[in-house]
Amino acid sequence: MSHLASTPGTARHSLKMRLASWRRTPVFYPLIGFIIVFIAMAVINDNFLTGSNLTNLARQTSIIAIIAVGMSLAILTGGIDLSVGPVMALSGTAMAGLIVAGVPPSLAILLGLLVGAAFGAFNGAFIAFAGMPPIIVTLATMGIARGLALIYTGGYPIAGLPAEFAFFGRGSLAGIETPILIMIAVYALGFVLLHHTATGRYLYAIGGNEEATRLSGIRVSRYKLLVYTLSGVTAAIAGLILTSRLMSGQPNAGVGFELDAIAAVVLGGAAIAGGRGMILGTLIGALLLGVLNNGLNLMGVSPYLQNVIKGLIILLAIYISRKRTP
Amino acid sequence: MTPLLSLRHISKSFPGVKALQDVSLDVHAGEVHALLGENGAGKSTLMKILCGIYRPDEGKIIINGKTCHFHGYQDALDAGVGIIFQEFSLIPDLDAVDNIFLGREMRNRLGLRDRRGMIREAQHLFDRLKVSIPLDCPIAELSVADQQFIEIAKALSLDARILVLDEPTATLTPSEADHLFTIMRELREQGVGMVFISHHMEEIFTICDRVTVMRDGEKIGDCDVASTTPDDLIEKMVGRRVENIFPEHRCDADYAEVVLDIEALRLDADGPEHSLKLHRGEILGFAGLVGSGRTELAMGLIGATRPAHAKVHMEGRPVRLRHPASALKQGIGLLPESRKTQGLILPFSCRENISLNNLTQFQGALPLIRRGKESLTAAELMASVRVKAPSPETPVGDLSGGNQQKVVIARWLGHQCKVLIFDEPTRGIDVGAKSEIYALMKELTARGVSIIMISSELPEVLGLCDRAAVFYHGRIAAELQGDDLNSQSIMHHATGGLSS
Repeated sequence: MSHLASTPGTARHSLKMRLASWRRTPVFYPLIGFIIVFIAMAVINDNFLTGSNLTNLARQTSIIAIIAVGMSLAILTGGIDLSVGPVMALSGTAMAGLIVAGVPPSLAILLGLLVGAAFGAFNGAFIAFAGMPPIIVTLATMGIARGLALIYTGGYPIAGLPAEFAFFGRGSLAGIETPILIMIAVYALGFVLLHHTATGRYLYAIGGNEEATRLSGIRVSRYKLLVYTLSGVTAAIAGLILTSRLMSGQPNAGVGFELDAIAAVVLGGAAIAGGRGMILGTLIGALLLGVLNNGLNLMGVSPYLQNVIKGLIILLAIYISRKRTP
Repeated sequence: MTPLLSLRHISKSFPGVKALQDVSLDVHAGEVHALLGENGAGKSTLMKILCGIYRPDEGKIIINGKTCHFHGYQDALDAGVGIIFQEFSLIPDLDAVDNIFLGREMRNRLGLRDRRGMIREAQHLFDRLKVSIPLDCPIAELSVADQQFIEIAKALSLDARILVLDEPTATLTPSEADHLFTIMRELREQGVGMVFISHHMEEIFTICDRVTVMRDGEKIGDCDVASTTPDDLIEKMVGRRVENIFPEHRCDADYAEVVLDIEALRLDADGPEHSLKLHRGEILGFAGLVGSGRTELAMGLIGATRPAHAKVHMEGRPVRLRHPASALKQGIGLLPESRKTQGLILPFSCRENISLNNLTQFQGALPLIRRGKESLTAAELMASVRVKAPSPETPVGDLSGGNQQKVVIARWLGHQCKVLIFDEPTRGIDVGAKSEIYALMKELTARGVSIIMISSELPEVLGLCDRAAVFYHGRIAAELQGDDLNSQSIMHHATGGLSS
C-alpha cells in the first residue's frame, strides 16, 4: 500500500526535477521564444502555416543553419569565424568552375569541400599555433577568400552546370527537399560530435577554461585546428547547396552570412564567450531567424524595416536569455 | 613622541577563522617598520584593515593622535595612508604622468586637462624621490622597478605620510632593490613612516629600524632591528606549535627506486640548471617563498611552458615532455595552484570535470562516450576522495574550496599516475578539508605514487614531506632530509642564507 502511495509522489517529484533541469539547459528559452514567434506568425498570416510555406522556410533556412553548425563549434571554444561567407563563395565557385572545366561532378564537389576544409585549416593554424585572436585572423582571411573567389571567376558567375547538379539545391529525396535533408544530416553529425564524443567534450572544456583543459593534458591547439577546419567544411557544404540552387558559381554570394550565422548561434542560447551552448539551440536559432524572415515577408513588411525588427528581436531575445540563465 | 600611526588591539574574524587577535603596531614618523611573518600569519589582513579594505571587529586605528574610522580605501587615502600592493594598480598603456593623476587630473582655465602642470608636478615628485623616469612613455615599457617608483610617487602626490610596501622587492633585481632602499631612506629623512613587508632577512637588516613579528594572527613581539638577529626573528616567526592535522608520519618512500629523474632542466637558456630525483612513494616538498621559481619549474617539467633544455628520465627511460599531454601519457599530472583559473572547468559538473582527461577510456568500439560507464566511474572516484556533493551532476562551482580540490584530485586518480605534482594544494581551504587532503596524499604514496608538493606553508612541508627542496630566487638552494628538515633550516635557505 505504502509502495503504491509513494509512486505518484516520486513521479511528480522527478517530473518537477526534470523540468528544472530542462530549464537549466541553454535551449530552454530559445525554444520558448521560437514557439512564441512561430504562433504569432501563424496567427497573423493565413498563409504561414501551409505545407508549402513551411517547406520553403526550411529550405531558405538550411544554408545559414548549416554554416551556423561550424560557427557553433567556433563560438563554443570561445572563438568566432568571420570568414564563412566568402569561404562558402570560394568553395561554391571552385565546384562550379571544376565541373565546367570537365571534372566529374562528384570529384568536383569533393574538391570544393576540400577547398573549404583547407581554408578552415589555414584559419585554424593561425589561431591554434600562432595564438592569434580568431576575430582578427578570420577578419583578414575573410578578405582573402573573397578575393580568391573573385580572381578565380574573374568577377563573373560561372554558369553552364549540368542539369543533374541541381539535385543538391532543388531536388528531393523520398519527398523531402535535398537542402533540408543535408541540413538534418549536418545537425545529426554535429549533435553526435558535440554531445557524444570526447572531442565534443573537449570543445566545451576549452570554451569553459582553456588553461585548465591544457594543463589536464588535452592538446588544445589540435582541437582548435579541427574546429576551424570543420567550420570551413560546413561553409563549403552551404556553398554546394547555394551553387546548385542558383545553378551557377557566384563569387559574391554570402555577403553578411557570417552575421546571420552568429545571430543563429547566439539566439540558440550559446554564450559568446564560449563554454555554453547546444547544437539543437543553434538549429532553433536559425529557424527562429528563418521564421522571422519568412513571416515578415508574408506580411509585406518593407525589407528595410525587416532589418530593424530582426535586430530588435535579437537584442530582446539575448537580453532575456542572459537574465534568466545562470 | 606620539607615533604617526598606531594600531591598537586589532581583532578580526572571518567565518571559521580568527585572522587577527589583539594586534597592536606603532609606526613613528621617519621610521621603517618591518612586518614579518609566514604566509597566513595575518600581515595582509592587518594591512587591509589599515587601508580601509576590511573593518576591524575590535580595536582602533589612530593616526597623528586622531582615531580614524575607515569605511573604504578612499578614507584611508584621505587620512594619508598609501599602499603599494604587490600587484600594481597602474594602467599599462598610460604614461607616468597620466597614471599619477588618474581620476584627479589637473585642469586649466578652459576646463581642459592641464598636461603641462601635471608634468611639472610629476617631475617635482620624481625629483623628491631622486629618480629619473621618462614621463611620456607607456609604463608597460618601463621596468618593474620604475613602475613601483611611479606607484610611490602617486602615493606621495596624495600626501601620504604613511606608506605600506607589501613585498616590494619580490619582483626586483638586487640593484633595483638597492635603488628602492635609497628612495626609502630619502622618504625617511622627509618624515614618512613606512611599513615594510618582506621575507628577505637581509633586507630587514639593511633598511628597517623596527620589526614586528606575527604568527597565526597574533603579535609575537616587536623590537629594534639593531638589537636582534636573523635567527632570533626566524625562531619567533616559526615558533613551536602543535599540529595534529597531519596524518601520522610514515615514510612510504623507497629510496632504492628513482621514479622521476630530472638530470638537467633549464627553463631559460641562461638560467640555472635544476636537477632532482624523486623516489617511489616519496613526498618531496618544494619549499620557498612565493615567486621563488617553484611553480615555474613544475610547469617547465610537464611541458606547460617550453624549457630551454630538458633531460628527464621516467623509471629509467628518457622521456621528452613537450606538452602536458605527453606528461600525462608518462603518468605525470599537475594539480595547479589556482583551482578556479587553472584547475577546474567551472561550468562543468563534477562528473565532467573528473572525466575530462579520462574520456577515451569510456569509449567502446565507436569513438562515442558511454555515459553510464562515465557516470559510474565519476561517482566511484568522488566517493574514493570523499567529495561532499549532492550528485556527480552538481556544478563544480557550487562546491566549497576543499571539495573542489578533491574533484581535481579525483580527475588524476582516473589515471594510473606515477607522479603527481600538487601546487599549493590547500590554499584557501579550511582546516578540516586540509587534513582530509593530507590523508589522501598519504593514501596515494602508500599505493606507490610519488608526490611533489609545492607549498609556502612551513607546517605543511614539515608535517607531510619526506624530503624538501628549498627554492631561492629561481634556484634550488638546498635539499633537506631527516633532521635537517626543520623550519629553521628551511627559512634559512628560503631567505637567502644570510643567517647562519
